[in-house]
Amino acid sequence: MGNTLILSSSPHIRGRDTTQRIMIDVVIALVPAIISGVRFFGPRVLAVLLTTVVSCVLWEYLSEKAMKRRITISDFSAVVTGVLLALNLPPSIPLWIAAVGGFVAIVLIKQLFGGIGQNFMNPALGARVILMLSWTQQMTNWTNPLAPDAVSSATPLAVLKKGHEIVDMVRPDYLQFFLGHAVGSIGETSVLALLIGGLYLIYRKVISPVIPLSFIGSAALFGWIFGGNTPFTGDFLYHILAGGIILGAFFMATDYSTSPVTTKGRIIMGIGCGIITSIIRLYANYPEGVSFAILLMNVLTPMIDKYTIPATFGGEGKVGKHI
Amino acid sequence: MIISKGVFKGGVAAPHRKNTAEFETIRMGVPEKVIIPMLQHIGAPCKPIVKKGDIVKVGQMIGQSEKYVSAPVHSSVSGTVTNVGSVVHSGGMYIEAVEIKTDGNQEIHESIKPPVYSSDSELLELIKQSGLVGLGGAGFPAHVKLAPQTDKNIDTLIVNGAECEPYITSDYREILENSWNVICGINILMDLLKVNNVLIGIEDNKPEAIKVLTELAATSEKINVVKLKSRYPQGAEKMLIYSITGRKVPPGKLPLDVGVVVMNVNSVSFIAEYVKTGMPLIKRRVTVDGPAVKNPSNVDVFIGTPIVDVFEFCGGLKTDVEKVLMGGPMMGVSQSSLDNPVLKHTNALLAFGPEFGKLPEESACIRCGKCVEACPMNLLPLYLNLNAIHENVDGLRKYKAMDCIECGSCSYVCPAKRHLVQSIRLGKALLRKKKV
Repeated sequence: MGNTLILSSSPHIRGRDTTQRIMIDVVIALVPAIISGVRFFGPRVLAVLLTTVVSCVLWEYLSEKAMKRRITISDFSAVVTGVLLALNLPPSIPLWIAAVGGFVAIVLIKQLFGGIGQNFMNPALGARVILMLSWTQQMTNWTNPLAPDAVSSATPLAVLKKGHEIVDMVRPDYLQFFLGHAVGSIGETSVLALLIGGLYLIYRKVISPVIPLSFIGSAALFGWIFGGNTPFTGDFLYHILAGGIILGAFFMATDYSTSPVTTKGRIIMGIGCGIITSIIRLYANYPEGVSFAILLMNVLTPMIDKYTIPATFGGEGKVGKHI
Repeated sequence: MIISKGVFKGGVAAPHRKNTAEFETIRMGVPEKVIIPMLQHIGAPCKPIVKKGDIVKVGQMIGQSEKYVSAPVHSSVSGTVTNVGSVVHSGGMYIEAVEIKTDGNQEIHESIKPPVYSSDSELLELIKQSGLVGLGGAGFPAHVKLAPQTDKNIDTLIVNGAECEPYITSDYREILENSWNVICGINILMDLLKVNNVLIGIEDNKPEAIKVLTELAATSEKINVVKLKSRYPQGAEKMLIYSITGRKVPPGKLPLDVGVVVMNVNSVSFIAEYVKTGMPLIKRRVTVDGPAVKNPSNVDVFIGTPIVDVFEFCGGLKTDVEKVLMGGPMMGVSQSSLDNPVLKHTNALLAFGPEFGKLPEESACIRCGKCVEACPMNLLPLYLNLNAIHENVDGLRKYKAMDCIECGSCSYVCPAKRHLVQSIRLGKALLRKKKV
């Protein structure tokens, strides 16, 4: 005997999940989308990816060092931000802009607000929007690096805009959308690749399906009701397959720090994202609304959490009185 | 046998580790000394009624209280009182205790004889005098639970044999080894409570126990075994009642309020034994296990035996022991000293080496919501944690800290390894202080 016994509060055993394991799962889930991006836009995609990831990890390290915080680059959350940022950029993006994106995401949006779990908006999306406003031309240049001479066409979403004549020629068929097509940002190319990753995250219980389903479902519904020339004639399939809804619904709107923690709150989040996305797409000046929709719901998250505190088990249906 | 239809929301798939399930109970001899604390239950502590130098015998009452919510304590041995004073209780606070040097004769006290009773109130008084408390781990005085309710209509007795904590097999062994006592105890309680519906809840990882009791209960339509899904914390009173009857106990209310009395299977069995012999609660079965125990066993131990003696009886501890628990790994209490005695509600003694001794370091909350999904009480542990850390009384009230049952599910699933339950406990203590 003679050992010193450790005293601690129960529980004395813990599950296997770690923050790092979750973040690695997200990276794994994004591999199909990365492969799809490389397939359609060529190896330049990997250079963009490397730039954003290195930039994010480096800035995480430097800012934590400067703020005398514990260095947390080993939790892989900066890697996830880097990968997501790359997937939200056009394939032709100058690498230096991609690198600036890493700075904006990690330093301005994440670390200045307290680091992991404290940021009020999705770092990758916030960075994308700031880059878009700062370097609009480069951020909306959809030229495919593999075919630089091809005329850069509007993204498929531009044809959805109210008042536009829908020209059948512009609209690729659904199957092509689903399997993959070379238009849009790096991560938007293939719905199939994104779904594989999204289902993997649900299977691994990294995300709950509530936000993706309510996001996609409400966008489809809204698109169906208001997307056509007369009500209830909108092309809802086109609405959800084109653009960034799938990427946004599975990978961006489910970001832990910036989405509600209760099921009820998550439904509100998903529906809010779906409706705002559709409104921007159909009625506003920007062709795509996913980023703004998610960012808007991000800033509403604390309020959603505050108003969706569930009733205690057994206390449903009445306001419980507590000491 | 009935298969439970519902299962409570949340909880965790904790490991089972029922290593000792097939180990028949072995009796441990009389230790050199016993230390019998005056508080081995929820409620008011007892006052010692013996003094240093007194000769005591087995079953003799040595502590009692005038308060209603309390349970008397008895000597588990015969010998001489060597000290009456304060000791560190296994829960960490100081409490009065009687130390007895044993003489090894185990002479039984004159007062011990098979009890005779002719009314419910007499039986209830006997149960009170037996010192019985909830043997499943909570230690709530049995006579308080069983007292007649004038304003409540009790229609169901639930016998808790869920035993959802990892490692522990004390209830399981009781069902296998003393199955008749369980059924006899149920019959006594049915008469006392005037109920015609008894449901014995057992998790489906204990098929043998389900089989044994289903066969014994086959002759009675009033007694049924309910097969429960193995999911922690299935044995928590509110979760168990919901899984078995679909009734929800409202926050701040008791099982009585939904017409249910829940008794641990060991407690039920004890009542049957007590009615036969009149011997109060002086010993119990303890599961001794954990990676740092040489020979894991189920041991019949005299209450008050220092836990070091129990471990010695099981071949001793390995040298790398870092943590000793009274109770299971999810809700058990880590022990400051191996001299602490076995209590009435000690269902397990577990010893861990370095692999479980130290808890992982905390990192920042990533708001993944896993604690919310795991909380069987529907609370938001991450916000309770935040408000507890900042000692925000209003926030703790808003997020309903007092409804937490401290099951540990949130801490168990937390990927950031945050000490959620620990902080919520401190938050609850703060609220209790503010209330006064």
